Amino acid sequence: MVTRFDVERRYLALKKDAEQAGYFLNPDEDFTKELVHGLLVNEDRYGFASCPCRLCVGPREVNLDIICPCDYRDSDLAEYGTCYCALYVSGEIAEGKRQVEPIPDRRGPVPSECLTAQQKAGAPAASAPAVPGPLPYPVFRCRVCGYLCARDEPPEKCPICGAEKDRFEKFMG
Amino acid sequence: MELIHVDGKDAGTITLYALSTCGHCKRTRQFLNELGVAYDYIEVDLLHGEAFDEAYNLVKKYNPHGSFPTLVIGSEETVIVGDRLKEIRAAIGK
Ligand code: SF4
Repeated sequence: MVTRFDVERRYLALKKDAEQAGYFLNPDEDFTKELVHGLLVNEDRYGFASCPCRLCVGPREVNLDIICPCDYRDSDLAEYGTCYCALYVSGEIAEGKRQVEPIPDRRGPVPSECLTAQQKAGAPAASAPAVPGPLPYPVFRCRVCGYLCARDEPPEKCPICGAEKDRFEKFMG
Repeated sequence: MELIHVDGKDAGTITLYALSTCGHCKRTRQFLNELGVAYDYIEVDLLHGEAFDEAYNLVKKYNPHGSFPTLVIGSEETVIVGDRLKEIRAAIGK
């Protein structure tokens, strides 16, 4: 059971993180707390905080792209000024200068690998581009915030946004 | 697949495909409640097995993107995706 206290606590944590990282939560507090409630329900139900406004089918490995903050948040903020759920919004919307409009879901219908849930782990990764010469280290990219690092393995947690190791993709090398 | 019925004024068949955790779905339901029309809804994230397949296939039939909320209105089956409240009001004819 998700209590009001849980929602309040998570809301404050998300708000603090957002402010520190230059993001904004939706200023409509009631609406935002509904979404936080949805995130907590999903965390209980699936074991990971899958997007409250998307259908989650299958295990974590096939839903990495929709663990909040999802892989699509930054592109949607840049294009529409809001993430798909409108949990995160642009500065303009946060200040009430513009309203949130419904936006299309970049992810599309539940991928077939989720529906069958049989395919091997790993979100559909674009293959790393060819580089001119051998690199001393491979380069990994955080799908959530775009942070790049050249090392043998991705970090346990993204030092910039805190995303887990499995949210990294190989970018080069 | 069982729809949940909400009583109200008859405005034709109105079916809402929703997720139980989604803010936009909740807002759409609240709006339908405010309009006071009768409608049916189903929360697809709470379904399993055949009931899930049946409901999600219907959602994709009406809205190939398979997103929520998907609202199907009237005998002409006008489809509205997302909490587009003005469009919903116009389609229901209030
Ligand atoms: S950031 Fe992505 S996962 Fe999180 S609420 Fe917004 S759309 Fe959903």
